Amino acid sequence: MNDDRRRALISQPQRRSLWILFLLLPAIVVMTLFVVWPLLSALRFAFYEFNGLSPSQFVGLENFRKVLFEEPFSDWTYNAFCHNVIVFFALMVFENGTAFLIAFALLKGLPGHRIHQVIIFLPVVLSSVIVGFLWKLFLHPMFGLVNGALALIDIQGPAWLGSESTALGSIIFANIWHWLGFPTLVLLAGMQRISAEVIEAARLDGAGDYVLLRRIIWPLIAPSVTIVCILTFIGSFNWFEIPYVMAGLTGSPGGSTDVLGLYFYRTAFGSVSSGIQDFGQGSALAVLMFLFVAGFSFVGLRFLRRREIQL
Amino acid sequence: MKNSSEWFKNGSIQALLVLNALIMLYPLVVMVLSSFKKNAEIFTAPFALPESFGFDNLQKVWDQTNFVRYMLNSLGVTAASIVLILVFGTMAAYAIARYEFRWSGAVLMFFISGMTIPLKLAIIPLFIQLDTLHLVDTYAGLVLVYVAMGLPSAVFIMTGFLRTLPRELEESARIDGANELLIMLKIMLPLARPAMVIVAIQNAVPIWNDFFFPLILITSDDLKTLPQGLTVFIGEFTTDWGVMFTGLTLAALPITLLYIVLSKQFIAGITQGAVK
Repeated sequence: MNDDRRRALISQPQRRSLWILFLLLPAIVVMTLFVVWPLLSALRFAFYEFNGLSPSQFVGLENFRKVLFEEPFSDWTYNAFCHNVIVFFALMVFENGTAFLIAFALLKGLPGHRIHQVIIFLPVVLSSVIVGFLWKLFLHPMFGLVNGALALIDIQGPAWLGSESTALGSIIFANIWHWLGFPTLVLLAGMQRISAEVIEAARLDGAGDYVLLRRIIWPLIAPSVTIVCILTFIGSFNWFEIPYVMAGLTGSPGGSTDVLGLYFYRTAFGSVSSGIQDFGQGSALAVLMFLFVAGFSFVGLRFLRRREIQL
Repeated sequence: MKNSSEWFKNGSIQALLVLNALIMLYPLVVMVLSSFKKNAEIFTAPFALPESFGFDNLQKVWDQTNFVRYMLNSLGVTAASIVLILVFGTMAAYAIARYEFRWSGAVLMFFISGMTIPLKLAIIPLFIQLDTLHLVDTYAGLVLVYVAMGLPSAVFIMTGFLRTLPRELEESARIDGANELLIMLKIMLPLARPAMVIVAIQNAVPIWNDFFFPLILITSDDLKTLPQGLTVFIGEFTTDWGVMFTGLTLAALPITLLYIVLSKQFIAGITQGAVK
């Protein structure tokens, strides 16, 4: 009797702790095994030379030196990095710029604006592989839809994906078609949060569309702009699927569409054309990409947040 | 005067919007129409309607490829991942949101910090890790990676939602003598269904569409997922455009249909997923 009561007294909070532990454990175990541990290892591996799948020897900063300063690796790194920078600026101007204008047009609530939101978001839910192949077929120099349309008005279209001057731009275009709906609806949601009275008041004061956009909407959607910019930045430097599908693993033609994502994949897992495969250099590249993206995102976020307050 | 210029302006904005809608939709329409055509028809009359709506291409896809297999694989992997994300995520979120314990803040931070990490960049150690566990080239390995990727935001969203539920509900059940498991399953979780839908959609779309992880983790043709299988498929039929368009159409079909039915939840889930 006495024993029973004592056990009940002790086991009540214990049973509660066990219950909480039971609830937390599966999620924590999965996260530890497949996020925390790989992430810590990724940092460590960058300082090792690899023999197949296992790190064999500590080599200090050697992998970083190779990737950044030793030919031909440094050339490849630099070439891919420049393309990522181009992609970022092109997406900021053409994708987000277009998205901003469409969002403002949709804000007017003209007939059909709801169905337009559904249509513009449709490509977003499709796989990048589908979108990439679709545009690869459409951009085919002889049988593609794009050059077929140009032929109707007597223009001989170029081999979009086959020539160095147009390949990267064509892939960026396919990417914009794929993702345009995303920034559009994020910015539109930001605009819709502005209270109708504020816009009404500005209208009564005689503000036209331009003044309304510049003085009222632009400052008030600053938080949405911040999100779109940061996500565009992260997306541009992790770009992989669409260039992989449209230009192949080597960024053809002649490396003119090579980006860090493809270059990282080739270094880590090899490719048909180059059998070399190096986990050490791959890890160094991954660490550098992570530091670059995280660092600039952090600085950019602070800058954009401060801007939000000033506006 | 003011009215007519206003009318003109709205008219031109409307015209531009219609043009944009055409640019977004027309490529998909051509994709579907071309799936009924043969090469000759696609090359000579790319803009025309197909001469007949036959199923020759579909027959080829059905007979000569692993396409159905790829689609079932994707379905299985996505469903398993979503179920595990919901179960594990809700369990953890429930503990954090409904009980007071010493490390609850730290545990929540642990999950939230996971949201900021691009797991793709840790693919090398992840690959080695899965290799030592003998999970490379298995469904389980792929599913576990997706679960690890989806858990942080699932815990974050579910915790936020579960915290808003009133305490009185569980207190009164507790007084009636119900145990904790029963309270969670019968009283609290049915109320959390809207948040679960958001979590499910937010994770289902990127997992269903993912190409990167299967590319590295899956090598057997029988285990390949749809986006990955599509690259195999298109590699085999590079000269048969009708079949390629059929493959693309079939691959796009399931998620497009689901999107048309649930467009509001899709848009909310995907844009919120980014805005969190």
